[in-house]
Amino acid sequence: MIAALRRRCALPMAWLLAALLLAPGIAAAQAVRDAAPLQFQDAAEERRFHALVAELRCVMCQNQSLADSNAQIAHDLRREVFDLMRSGRSDDEIRSFLVERYGEFVLYRPRFSGHTALLWLAPGLLLLAGGVVVVRIVRARGKRPLTAEEEQEW
Amino acid sequence: MARPATLSAVVIGVVFFGLVGLLLYGVLVSDRADREALPSPLIGKPAPEFELPLLHQPGTLFSSQELRGQPYLLNVWGSWCPGCRVEHPVITRFAETRRVRVVGYNWKDEHADAMRWLEQFGNPYWLVLVDYDGRKAIDWGIYGAPETFLVDAAGIVRWKHVGPVDDTVLAESLGPVLDSLGVAR
Repeated sequence: MIAALRRRCALPMAWLLAALLLAPGIAAAQAVRDAAPLQFQDAAEERRFHALVAELRCVMCQNQSLADSNAQIAHDLRREVFDLMRSGRSDDEIRSFLVERYGEFVLYRPRFSGHTALLWLAPGLLLLAGGVVVVRIVRARGKRPLTAEEEQEW
Repeated sequence: MARPATLSAVVIGVVFFGLVGLLLYGVLVSDRADREALPSPLIGKPAPEFELPLLHQPGTLFSSQELRGQPYLLNVWGSWCPGCRVEHPVITRFAETRRVRVVGYNWKDEHADAMRWLEQFGNPYWLVLVDYDGRKAIDWGIYGAPETFLVDAAGIVRWKHVGPVDDTVLAESLGPVLDSLGVAR
């Protein structure tokens, strides 16, 4: 079953294998499948695009961002993000578009809501708990009279 | 004097064992076969509307409206996809029970390859929709093949499975959903 799921990654892997075997012939075949690279109007649009895809997760190869991944679905989603940008959607609208289809998981920076509250607050709570513990220990030690050994001056 | 120290020990203990528990949970979950499967936010929501060409009638567009009235299983596949070959006999057997229509969703494929694949292994599908540039698949939240959806008569997505469907998935996961929808065996 795990192996079967892993095989879902087969499309990019198959291309890689094909590329190794058929290095000279592959350029044309790839060109058919992959559309032309995205053409940006200006540097600002390109910056906005890269900032956006860097914080979106590739749903297939899950520990890569949409910007890094070579999976076919990442390519498709980058194109979709680009088209949405072109159609005048805001960054938030584009994120919502993807969350509606793929779930909160696509966001590397999940939004603050009921079910992500613990995720956002836990580091702060842990720090607070640690701080309280340290303060208590320090105070307790402060009240205790020093032992003979501790009194000794070096 | 002893009280604050005890309280601190309790806080440290709770945090420590809490983290250990969390890690243990992570280790146990990592053993699950579907650990990489994303839960679909589409469950309980209307299936996306589409107009897609049919594999066997390339000129004709088929509308999602035409699927209304009866539930259907949407099976995403491609001739390039090894997992789809694995589940093909299972899908075929399920289609032969005629419990619900099984609609093929030929994703990111090439026409000749898809036709050859069906000829070689058999065509279990009621009809096969074609989405070669993968644009409509994004509306479904499809991110790989195979993936399988169950859509009810009203067009609501009821169930999704990521990865090859096997007999256990049919019996233990899809079966109860079909029963709850009142689909005759």
